[in-house]
Amino acid sequence: MVELTHEPIDYTALTERVRSTQAGAVVLFLGTVREMTGDQQTLALDYDAYPEMATSKMEELHAEACERWPITEAGIIHRLGHLELGDISVAVAVSCPHRVQAFEAGRFLIDRLKEVVPIWKQENWADGSTEWVHPGVES
Amino acid sequence: MKVVVQLFARARELAGSQTVTVDLPEGSSVADLKQSMGEKSPDLRPLLPQLLVAIGTDYATDDAQIREGTDVACFPPVSGG
Repeated sequence: MVELTHEPIDYTALTERVRSTQAGAVVLFLGTVREMTGDQQTLALDYDAYPEMATSKMEELHAEACERWPITEAGIIHRLGHLELGDISVAVAVSCPHRVQAFEAGRFLIDRLKEVVPIWKQENWADGSTEWVHPGVES
Repeated sequence: MKVVVQLFARARELAGSQTVTVDLPEGSSVADLKQSMGEKSPDLRPLLPQLLVAIGTDYATDDAQIREGTDVACFPPVSGG
């Protein structure tokens, strides 16, 4: 399952959702709002998305992961809107028969999500300025 | 044909609107679209080389053709996670 939400992510429910007697391993990845980027201080992040395409791309990644690894269940939830320090922005949960597969599939899902899913974060820096984060583009 | 391009993140901020509408001849490519967007909305020009274009829910290369009535979106590199 894949989901975009404006509500706090219930990662316990997500983890329970992928647990199975067919799986010997469950991996959960959480992305959380970090305070320091180098010497710049973040107060909060705002996330925006192109929802139709983001959902479609997340479904494609889910399907690709299921082709490459023997996944029992997998779930990806990304939060949108205003997030405070420590809030969870993304959760990826994967269950597989064995741990190596679960780690690899989870790593693939979060790595590819960050490359291809049309979601953007805007920094709210401590000096009062805001800045969209676009890797490879000078601000 | 008229093409309404949805903008996101810094592209939306620079253009000062959620969409930009451009008039393109039939058979125009994504590269043609980007050029027209720069003419219509000069504030977008510094970002144009890095802008990604989506037709429907898929990324489109510069030589892809724009067809009337399809959803077109334009945005800088993504930063979810």
